[in-house]
Amino acid sequence: MRHDISILIIGLFAVLTTASIVAAILSARAPKPLSSTLVNLTQRINAWWVMVALMTVAFFFGRYGLTILFALISFASLREFVTLTHTRRSDHWVLLGMFGIIIPFQYWLVWTAWYGLFVIFIPVYCFLLMPAITALHGDTERFLERIAAQQWAVMISVYCVSHVPALLTLEVPGFEGRNLLLIAFLIIVVQGSDVLQYIFGKLFGKHRFSPTVSPSKTWEGLIGGLVSASLLGALLSFVTPFSPLQAACVAFVACSMGFLGGLVASAIKRDQGVKDWGHLIEGHGGMMDRTDSLIFAAPIFFHIVRYFWTV
Amino acid sequence: MSKLALKTFTLLQTVTSVGLSALAWVVTGVRPIWNGSLPSDRQRIYFANHTSHGDFILLSACLSEKERAITHAVAAGEYWGKSRLRRFIAEDMLSSVLINRQWTKPEENPIEIMLSVLDQGHSLILFPEGTRNMTEEPLLAFRSGLYNLSMARPEVELIPCWIENMSRVLPKGQFLPVPLLCRVVFGAPVTVAPGEERRAFLDRAHATLLALNPRPERDD
Repeated sequence: MRHDISILIIGLFAVLTTASIVAAILSARAPKPLSSTLVNLTQRINAWWVMVALMTVAFFFGRYGLTILFALISFASLREFVTLTHTRRSDHWVLLGMFGIIIPFQYWLVWTAWYGLFVIFIPVYCFLLMPAITALHGDTERFLERIAAQQWAVMISVYCVSHVPALLTLEVPGFEGRNLLLIAFLIIVVQGSDVLQYIFGKLFGKHRFSPTVSPSKTWEGLIGGLVSASLLGALLSFVTPFSPLQAACVAFVACSMGFLGGLVASAIKRDQGVKDWGHLIEGHGGMMDRTDSLIFAAPIFFHIVRYFWTV
Repeated sequence: MSKLALKTFTLLQTVTSVGLSALAWVVTGVRPIWNGSLPSDRQRIYFANHTSHGDFILLSACLSEKERAITHAVAAGEYWGKSRLRRFIAEDMLSSVLINRQWTKPEENPIEIMLSVLDQGHSLILFPEGTRNMTEEPLLAFRSGLYNLSMARPEVELIPCWIENMSRVLPKGQFLPVPLLCRVVFGAPVTVAPGEERRAFLDRAHATLLALNPRPERDD
């Protein structure tokens, strides 16, 4: 497995090196001062270097590294989500519980592979208890809006994100001890699809997919990105329990979900009147701007693998 | 103070200030928005809205290590001077300047105390509302200190700083912060116009600070 991971990491470094060289050549040739697109492109690539380096470190530490990394990603995403929503003083304890109890407990469930509680803890117990606590505080101002936003915040930032490290708990026959590669596969195809959609959109984008939600998403970007990401998935099938065709199909479903995730995230941002979720990653915006696609793809990918490939 | 004690003391202050800035970043991801002024080591009075004990930590986390070393928050002596522990935290660890709003003796005159700090070439963080704002109003009326200091030391820049979201991070009466993203917006310097009256200046400074709030509709 170390061999496969090394190949993936070397591949990623090769892609990033190429991207950095291309961006440097484009910047050298372009008229000064550089256009905002080029500046943003360089920032994005630099941020990718940091993100890939962090991922590499996390993979090096295996199950510990990935569980902790995704718990931190949940923390950063939840912080961005809650910042955007309407909160009141009386929500203080519920909000503290989201950060101090729900995140650690959900990742503890991932760690101990307690599948039964992992899948229902947030959608059943938190779903019912959080509004109960809010009601006990007696503050009914914009009540439904507040409890709905809190529920969405933990579902998106904690529940969905925790399905990525939960891939380590699946028992796929003949694939024992290699589950880290499932995570690598999911992240590479979904994030790769985002990048490919961006590139196809910039090069060929003409027809807006949904002008009212996201002006940057085009049909050309979507189709080009999904087709090429599915091919990427087929190419990477050697690190997965899937055949090349299966890998392409799984990648297609995951990336389609990823696209929808980006669309939903855009709709939320538009509704709240902001352009980015935050300011954590230079050139990208916040953590959620980077993870929105993974958030929608991870639970579906998890359940596809669990349903069709585990016993 | 002996040399060793002084060294220990400086080390304590540096460790505290770096530690608190790191903590502020972990909890709030705090980031400065320079909207009309730029980071500078020239002498300044940063004046900001005040809703929580964490305000000055957030503001100083936005300054460079060098600026932070010469910038002191002005805090209420009635509260921070009450016990030896509080006084130690405020004066020794956080290097704040304590002033009493109800002063009687001439050496307690807040303006004189603040001027003596400015005369050492240091900068101040001032909350001109005079107290933490616990009301529904976004910003209370300003007290006179800002005007008096500017009249006495016109060469010192007055920088308005809007601290975002801290009232949500640490609401009234709570001691555990909820992690929410915060920004500090630094505006253009405000100066007393020739012949400008005290109240007119204070109201103008008040309006300038309020106008920096990037998301006024969120304050509730």
